[in-house]
Amino acid sequence: MTNSNPYSPHTDADRAAMLKRVGIKSVDELLTAIPKDALRPKLGLPAGMSEIEVQTHLEALAARNRPAGAGPFFIGGPVQRRYIPAAVPVLALRGEFLTAYTPYQPEVSQGTLQAVFEYQSLLSELLAMDVVNSSMYDGSTAVAEAAFMAVRTTGRKKVVVAREVFYQFRDTLRTYAQGPGLEVREVPTRDLVANAEGAACLIVQHPDSFGALVDVRPIAEAAHAAGGLCVQVTEPHASALLEPPGGLGADIAVGEGQPLGIPMSLGGPHLGIFAAREALVRQMPGRIVGETKDARGTRGFVNTLQTREQHIRREKATSNICTNEALAAITAAAYLALMGPTGLRAAARTGVAKAHALAARLSSVPGCAVALDGPFFDRFQLRTPVPGRDLKHALAKENVLVDDGLHHEERDGIVIQCTEMTSDSDADALVSAVERITAGTRETVAAR
Amino acid sequence: MSTVPNDLRYSKEHEWVRADGDVATIGITHFAQEQLGDVVFVELPEKGSTVRQFSSLGVVESVKAASDLYAPISGEVIERNVKVIEKPELVNSEPYGNGWMIKVRLADKGELNQLLSPTDYRSHIGETAGAGGD
Amino acid sequence: MTAIRTQVVPDSGVKTAAPALEPLLSEIHEAGRAGRHVRGSEDADALIPNEFRRRASLDLPEITEPQVVRHFTHLAQLNYAVDTGMYPLGSCTMKYNPKVNDRIAALAGFAEIHPRQDDDTIQGALRLMFELQELLAKLTGMDAATLQPAAGAHAEFTALLVFKAYHSKRGDAARRRRVIVPDTAHGTNPASAAMCGYTVTTVKSDSRGNIDLASLKAALGDDVVGLMLTNPNTLGLFEERLREVCDAVHNAGGLVYGDGANMNALLGVARPGDLGFDCIHINVHKTFSTPHGAGGPGAGPLCVKAKLEPFLPHPRITRDTDGSYRRGPTPPDSIGRVRSFFGNFGVLVRAYTYMRTLGEEGLAEASNDAILAANYLLAQLRDSYDVAFDRPCMHEFVLSASRQRKQGASALDVAKALIDEGFHPPTVYFPLVVPEALMIEPTETEPRETLDAFAAAMVRVAERAKTDPASVKAAPLHAPLARLDEVSAARYPRLRWQRPT
Repeated sequence: MTNSNPYSPHTDADRAAMLKRVGIKSVDELLTAIPKDALRPKLGLPAGMSEIEVQTHLEALAARNRPAGAGPFFIGGPVQRRYIPAAVPVLALRGEFLTAYTPYQPEVSQGTLQAVFEYQSLLSELLAMDVVNSSMYDGSTAVAEAAFMAVRTTGRKKVVVAREVFYQFRDTLRTYAQGPGLEVREVPTRDLVANAEGAACLIVQHPDSFGALVDVRPIAEAAHAAGGLCVQVTEPHASALLEPPGGLGADIAVGEGQPLGIPMSLGGPHLGIFAAREALVRQMPGRIVGETKDARGTRGFVNTLQTREQHIRREKATSNICTNEALAAITAAAYLALMGPTGLRAAARTGVAKAHALAARLSSVPGCAVALDGPFFDRFQLRTPVPGRDLKHALAKENVLVDDGLHHEERDGIVIQCTEMTSDSDADALVSAVERITAGTRETVAAR
Repeated sequence: MSTVPNDLRYSKEHEWVRADGDVATIGITHFAQEQLGDVVFVELPEKGSTVRQFSSLGVVESVKAASDLYAPISGEVIERNVKVIEKPELVNSEPYGNGWMIKVRLADKGELNQLLSPTDYRSHIGETAGAGGD
Repeated sequence: MTAIRTQVVPDSGVKTAAPALEPLLSEIHEAGRAGRHVRGSEDADALIPNEFRRRASLDLPEITEPQVVRHFTHLAQLNYAVDTGMYPLGSCTMKYNPKVNDRIAALAGFAEIHPRQDDDTIQGALRLMFELQELLAKLTGMDAATLQPAAGAHAEFTALLVFKAYHSKRGDAARRRRVIVPDTAHGTNPASAAMCGYTVTTVKSDSRGNIDLASLKAALGDDVVGLMLTNPNTLGLFEERLREVCDAVHNAGGLVYGDGANMNALLGVARPGDLGFDCIHINVHKTFSTPHGAGGPGAGPLCVKAKLEPFLPHPRITRDTDGSYRRGPTPPDSIGRVRSFFGNFGVLVRAYTYMRTLGEEGLAEASNDAILAANYLLAQLRDSYDVAFDRPCMHEFVLSASRQRKQGASALDVAKALIDEGFHPPTVYFPLVVPEALMIEPTETEPRETLDAFAAAMVRVAERAKTDPASVKAAPLHAPLARLDEVSAARYPRLRWQRPT
């Protein structure tokens, strides 16, 4: 018999020898605990493929997707099209990182442990926060876990979140809140301060989901004055140019780390950034790597403060998280090491410059205007003479991809994200397509 | 063998109490620290808070275990041992000395009668140890 | 002069020099060094109002690309991984991770697509996810699947929210506040229950390593949400009275959650949906060969019976009559989303690729070989170690080092001595019901000679525990580092690099 599993090393002779050693004639003799009528069912799955067949099949599926690089692309938000230095995947996808698991045995896992410690150190510097954990699933679950942590710390059950936080993050928070039965109140950012009383935390996003810069300090002060915490949702590139959460009074900083060298991959796997002040470290969810010495006095790294975690504390753990996104953290460390402070700032600045140039050009299209009252960063919301959703679809027909109003009840229009990947010709294509489509719409309206 | 000083009273959860007038000092026993292994973290109630007999007052942790501390007697916390928070290893090296946890002003001296005598505690941990510990 | 540290090559036992340790990035920093990956003009700073600009310093290390490459390459060389040797970590299914899966996940058509793109522009990806939902449902004997959860624990939490919604729809959610878990359960089970606001009742195991049916029945009542059960359980044993267990829970109005951590024993062997489970999650990083990534990412699709489908998180993928694929509308009873977007798509692509590569027969063969390999190892080790519950195991088994402990070497010492033999240790001290537990899962992808070499190493360590336990306690001697001081790490946490003062 040839193997049906191409990765099986066992020949028929191997299997025969193994069965003999066990003292049986067939594996079925080991399966007596399984009800007879349920044993070895027909599954109705397709037959196996050779590697070339599976490669061809999946290339055909991949070809039916429109990758970001195949035309003008302005979709962003928590997931951003950023330049990934060539060395990033080469390093992060090395088999010794990729095919290891959680570093339970530190003596033979120093590569993982030190790389994650590097990640914690780099993010701590970038966000100006004391402690960073080794990752959450993504930005949205980091927000939910931050809310849970604030609830544990304060003993309160109400969480107030700004409506200008990414809608995916708010949705996830609301879902998580069903668990312990927390009250989640959504208010405009400008009303956060007035809602601080009795809240475990105020959750603010800066820059917000529409790109606006938000004055976080008074919000943090209001949270603190009311005995609660301030959770800031942030973005890694913005932190290179904007005063970071630690300087603004945030007690917990969270965000989506995908822009740090991780492919967009339709939304995952990504990287949940989670950082906090030192005083809160024992309430943090997730793994944390610490520095120590080995028995000979040599420096090394271990998972530490593990009594917070599910494998020890079980129902009293700070979170149920076990498998996390460690490889994404290692990827982010490699990205930040390669970019350096200069490269990171350069990437961030390019997005800012391109967004502002594009905002000016689009504002001159009749009926279009930047929909933000104040300063913005590298994305902005554009008020348009046609509903944002319609414009988004019309632009997609011209192979120009943008996002619409991002599920905000009171805001329509489109949202334009720029990064260092935004080319001048892409910008030209967007402006002329918006001109054409909105002009056509005005004529249609006028003709009626 | 575990040390069980004769001048103290004990709880079944392995805390000891040293009463001096209306002030009582509380810590964990030699047996308890042995079971825990190297203590890495101690969490204690704030000064001025009150603790109730047999209810949780804090946490003591080793690398791979966390145990709740239970108040052997009720009262107001008048002092917490800052040294043991800074150097948790004192719980291992001097459980009855510098490894003490908190001092409370006794609310009800009668509660002391509900605690174990040294002899009773010795047989208690004999039983516990015989059952394989926890 | 410092002594040369050595390490051991798995299988052959040959000693080689251990790779040197690496300094930290900040210790190889030199101001002014940098790559040139992106250029950007400082003019942009003027677009940011002064009061928002970063005042805090930004002391990220400055290093050139060649240095960064060597740094991370050297770090990688300090790791043990499936790509370097057998990794018999029980409960983790450290099988071989096929390289074609990685290459396919990196195709631009999969890696460079954004989740906010219109459905029309991601038809291939939607079709892949739709088909994966169907493959998983068929494989588990369930009716529907969500691909959203990022990991097993995330799926547990998702499922308990689904249970809550289900009970709520029936009007008795307020009463049902208690989740039952066996004493062999992973820590994630009670932790997930607690995140749902539930209390946890732990039920003991019986003398054959099953959940104790009488204790379970005593624990059941109309306040029970459900039972979380791993099958085969964490002892590697198939529950012998599984249907009775599930019936008892259902009779009390509860639901049965299947923790699919051990699904690698059941591919084509039995479907959880035929055995009484109401749902089961799949750890695709275990069962479907996606790499564990030094701790993650994984993915934890959740497969459910029809009665739970209305409550699943959205979005889920549907097929239109015209053959196109869509993000389906949000059902009114859905619990909502449990994370951003669809799930760990890049991981799901790998799992799909693996399932299509193996096909029905290959998957069944994988579980068959995994069960055979575990029993083959158990047969070789039965005399040297105590066996926790000595009956035929499924894809993994649990030994106890109690005998060695009495001789002076604990399970941890045995684990460290295995490092000196060139192998990654098994899972230790889990499940909690077995003293000095050593939980061994060889998987189907280790050749017989490697299984033999591992068994021989385990036997040698047992011999040493008998004759020279001090040498076992001193291990590892042949690894990049000796044992690490976890006590100091926890007492005086140093959680990031700090400039020497």
